[in-house]
Amino acid sequence: MSALGVNWFKFSSPQAFYPLAGSIIPWCAAAAIGLISFGLYIGFFVAPTDFQQGEAYRIIFVHVPAAWMSMFLYVVMAAWAGIGLGLKARLSFMMAQAVAPTGAMFTFLALLTGAMWGKPTWGAWWVWDARLTSELILLFQYGGVMLLRTSIDDLRRADRASAVLALVGVVNVPIIYYSVQWWNTLHQGASVSMTAAPKMAATMLTAMLLMTLGFWMYSIAVTLARMRCVIVERESLLSWGKQASVQEVAEAR
Amino acid sequence: MQWGSLNEFLAMGGYGLYVWTSFGATALCMVWEVLALWRRHAATAAEHPDLS
Repeated sequence: MSALGVNWFKFSSPQAFYPLAGSIIPWCAAAAIGLISFGLYIGFFVAPTDFQQGEAYRIIFVHVPAAWMSMFLYVVMAAWAGIGLGLKARLSFMMAQAVAPTGAMFTFLALLTGAMWGKPTWGAWWVWDARLTSELILLFQYGGVMLLRTSIDDLRRADRASAVLALVGVVNVPIIYYSVQWWNTLHQGASVSMTAAPKMAATMLTAMLLMTLGFWMYSIAVTLARMRCVIVERESLLSWGKQASVQEVAEAR
Repeated sequence: MQWGSLNEFLAMGGYGLYVWTSFGATALCMVWEVLALWRRHAATAAEHPDLS
């Protein structure tokens, strides 16, 4: 199978994936820095003050991208876990392993920044609202998947067990997403959706989308960097970083 | 732009504490994650000098 003249299966081997990831990381990191800087500039210096929420609304420029990434990264983790289970591909399991901490971090940030927004706007740091509660459960799910992996010594069993847990937990993602429609929540409804025009000023939307794209690039860079560490830690192969000569291979034996 | 001075910018219309805690915590987490990965990569590279 070769689309674009590239044999994509080649990159399902850790040896080929390692240098590929290494060459992608700098580009994504540069894009992340550029997009986040531009997004912060628009968010703080171009976007106007909200007529209802005052300056506190500016928290959404980190809150919404973090919350989106927390859900999106969970789906990505579950998808790689599912591919790993289906194809018995160890690189897919490693990918699921590499995504989890970043997803957990964004879930934590979504909850923290949400509390920072809730206190001045609602008068409470936390309420047991459907949106907030389901997002808190997502944080526990990330924690559960990561803990389950570390609690099993046999790597292949750890891969499979945490993959199953990740896959089962994916039902929570649509619950989080639609919670503001299904239940009468204190959390406001979506300001941006696929079907309707955004309910916010164009500059606010621009800043939010730039920040989201920046977080996206950041997540790719960080995940690939963790992936490279995981590959080396798990494989611990002698010398696939360089081309081994016949003599070296003979000596290794 | 709606900021007359640096103080006005930092005050964020009275919401400075909430706004800057949010942005500060996010920045801190991201920088910490990058540094942690940097160290983890350095550890793997030290064990496997053949990998760049």
